[in-house]
Amino acid sequence: MILTDLTIAEARNMLNAGDISSVELTEAHIRAMEATSSLNLFITETCEKALSKAKESDTQRLSGNQGKLEGIPIGVKDLFCTHGVMASAASKILTGFTPCYESTVTKNLWDAGAVMLGKTNMDEFAMGSSNETSYYGPVTNPWQRANEPKVKLVPGGSSGGSAAAVAARTVMGALGTDTGGSIRQPASFCGVVGMKPTYGRCSRWGMIAFASSLDQAGPLTRTVRDSAIMLEEMAGYDAKDSTCVDIGVPEYEASLEKDVKGVRVGVPKEYFLEGMPEEIRSIWDQGITWFKEAGAEVVDVSLPHTKYALPTYYIVAPAEASSNLARYDGVRYGIRIEGKDLQEMYENTRAEGFGREVRRRIMIGTYVLSAGYYDAYYLKAQKVRTKIAADFRNSWKTVDLLLTPTAPSAAFVQGEKMNDPIAMYLNDIFTVPASMAGLPAISVPAGLSSDGLPLGLQLIAKPFDEELLFRGAGILELAANFKEKPTLAA
Amino acid sequence: MGEILKGTKDEWEVVIGLEVHAQVLAGSKLFSGATAEFGAEPNSQVSFVDAAMPGMLPVLNEESVRQAVRTGLAVNAIINLRSVFARKNYFYPDLPQGYQISQYELPIVGEGAVEIDLPDGGGKTIGIERLHLEQDAGKSLHDLHPTKSYIDLNRSGVTLMEIVSKPDMSSADEAVAYIAKLRSILRYIGACDGNMQNGSMRADVNVSVRNPGDKLGTRCEIKNVNSLRFVRQAINFEARRQIEILENGDIIDQETRLYDPDRDETRLMRSKEDAHDYRYFPDPDLLPLDLEQSYVDELKADLPELPDIRKKRFVADYGLSVYDASVLVAERDTGDYFDSVAKNRDPKQVANWITGELFGHLKKNDLTLKEAPVSAKKLGELIDLITNNTISGRTAKEVFEKMWRTGSDANEIVESEGLKQITDAGAIEIIVDKIIAENPKNADEVRGGNSKAIGWFVGQVMQATAGKANPKAVNELLRNKLKD
Repeated sequence: MILTDLTIAEARNMLNAGDISSVELTEAHIRAMEATSSLNLFITETCEKALSKAKESDTQRLSGNQGKLEGIPIGVKDLFCTHGVMASAASKILTGFTPCYESTVTKNLWDAGAVMLGKTNMDEFAMGSSNETSYYGPVTNPWQRANEPKVKLVPGGSSGGSAAAVAARTVMGALGTDTGGSIRQPASFCGVVGMKPTYGRCSRWGMIAFASSLDQAGPLTRTVRDSAIMLEEMAGYDAKDSTCVDIGVPEYEASLEKDVKGVRVGVPKEYFLEGMPEEIRSIWDQGITWFKEAGAEVVDVSLPHTKYALPTYYIVAPAEASSNLARYDGVRYGIRIEGKDLQEMYENTRAEGFGREVRRRIMIGTYVLSAGYYDAYYLKAQKVRTKIAADFRNSWKTVDLLLTPTAPSAAFVQGEKMNDPIAMYLNDIFTVPASMAGLPAISVPAGLSSDGLPLGLQLIAKPFDEELLFRGAGILELAANFKEKPTLAA
Repeated sequence: MGEILKGTKDEWEVVIGLEVHAQVLAGSKLFSGATAEFGAEPNSQVSFVDAAMPGMLPVLNEESVRQAVRTGLAVNAIINLRSVFARKNYFYPDLPQGYQISQYELPIVGEGAVEIDLPDGGGKTIGIERLHLEQDAGKSLHDLHPTKSYIDLNRSGVTLMEIVSKPDMSSADEAVAYIAKLRSILRYIGACDGNMQNGSMRADVNVSVRNPGDKLGTRCEIKNVNSLRFVRQAINFEARRQIEILENGDIIDQETRLYDPDRDETRLMRSKEDAHDYRYFPDPDLLPLDLEQSYVDELKADLPELPDIRKKRFVADYGLSVYDASVLVAERDTGDYFDSVAKNRDPKQVANWITGELFGHLKKNDLTLKEAPVSAKKLGELIDLITNNTISGRTAKEVFEKMWRTGSDANEIVESEGLKQITDAGAIEIIVDKIIAENPKNADEVRGGNSKAIGWFVGQVMQATAGKANPKAVNELLRNKLKD
């Protein structure tokens, strides 16, 4: 038995049965981290802390008071503030920033007994779709093309480190964040399950902000069940986040027991893109067939404003980011590059501290909020955003779930799109609409491309209907029976 | 009609609008749990939110909202049941977030009005444009080190209300009266302590001039003026400066200026070209603020009696002059004090005691009414002793002095010091007779028609009785005895 191949659910059962200890499980994953170090999955490794937490977990278990994730080793995207462990957002500007507070979501996980192996690599400030904008260097996807095994592929982004670490078997699950697809797209690229909850389901407190009206924490796991287990522990009302919604958290894992007979699954026609790779179309068709076979009713729907979602997103998200990132000014924490006066200190610090993509988005965001441009860009984008949300609301009259591809392609080659921001932004074309509407969505591995790379399918549900989302995802997972393992896994 | 200023060539009218920033008494800051007290050690009242640590989020303080709504109601303004917090973006070291959370397009309070009392006894209505909630910034200290600046974030995030007037004032007097009235209202309802010295109330003063009847001229904004005296001086200087420019045939540049009290002048801070583009947009960390009408109604029903209404009541019910009433209602405590003393007593007499002896002693000893050793009850007892002829008004002043020093009751002092006035006509008559007999020359003078000389006899009798004789009785007796 290979401990790192276990799912969270399996490991939990074995831990509960006393077949394995958390220390053994954690040690196995630490060895896996060493074996996969060339993938650059982590910004900070916390192996010693992990081992001592694992020991505590084993003791805790003896007392019979174990949490639902007791002793389960996981990774945490470096966007979360973790007490006593550097939180960098993969940016040079936060070099050496060690929070003295713990984000609500990570605290919830530690309270449930989870063990942190380290802080995973990501795109700088979660801005990117390939994990290549990280100040700490790119992450390599553990998957390789069958015919070109030497070519290094991107894991997707921005939660690239988290997705790749789950795929490479170095963590059992990982925390990611999703603003426009940052959990779902890398999940699709790495062949894992990536789930973005409803906006307001998880607290944003202690999560370094990119675009406040879109950011949401979510789990990356190898199975739908593991996703449900993790979300159940992460989610919950938090008075410290005014946008967090005070609504009970259902038992997600239990919801998996139900089938989808009679559930109406919508297929939005606007997601059929001109020039979309044939294999993306066929995997989507495959998904439709699987739902029909499972007794669901498949319905064609129209979401007419879909094509505006991406351009709108690239106005709203940078606008919020330009303001959210103003606090990184060299005055209180992170790096400071001195200058002859205050103005020059700001300029030096921010020019040196932020990478190109972050600077680009700050400039876009500043531009669209400027006097004379606000109405034409930001205000108009907000109006379109409400129309996108209205499209979805309309569709819920006739369907319960929406099925789409997660990304328009499989993982691509490192460096391929770094000089073409528009091509890079197009990665998010299928994930951004649900983000703009605040809806829960999940990416499930559905098959392999012709060159042996994983492809994901996305399900979108009504606000706070994560239960049905998990049920639908479970059907896809069961039908796809995706068992392949990446070549560079531990 | 405001005052007319004469330039060398023309006549000018001043137009003034004020943005008053009032620090709200709300226990904690607008979006964090840190306390907001004045004068603490630097950076000792700073939460992670106030320091804009990564991942921190604002949570609205309900008491700040309650105070803003109460203030809106107290200035007869429209309460907006939906308001939105917006970010005002600019870089400065004492602004940790890189933006101030304020309200822009949808403030919590809309249009209202304040009645002001002018020194000539007249009044005027000043329109309120809006009132919004916003965060204060921290404080930069540039004079502690030759090359470094220090930042104190204690004030960072403290709740401010910005109360924006319409450009309805046309003299420094009106501007000062407006701030004084606003301060009075804020203190009545307990929304702000009104302390300008500590910066809990400060004003941005917008000044322009025009020829009478013309359309509005270009205005200059004088930032952060922190006393009534400076408001007056800044307006007067700025109006003169603008008139001089215009009379020289130049134009006014719209700019932001600072008032320097040491030189009594305003100086350029930044021109319109350097004005920030604040890039306001709704704060995505906060939901729109939705209030229930019933909540507003409850707060309205709960407001204390406000100075204008109280003033009308004092004039109508107590028969006070408008001037006396204005003085007595300016502070809530004084009004309460007066109400309590004046009950079943002569209101005019009570008003005189409060504005005379009481205010005089408070001022001399630099005390507030709350700290006064003579309570309303005690002053009432003292006045009763005058009314029932136990002591004379003059003795009462001595007794008040002793009450102030010792904190004793009027009755105790009168008893223990034997100050009871002699009202027994027989006893006074013996003394009067004696003095007349001893001073025949003076008596003849009075009899001869020099009625003024009677005052000398009154003085002698009062001296002989150590001031205890009832002056009225003494006068009557003397007049009878010295009739020709």
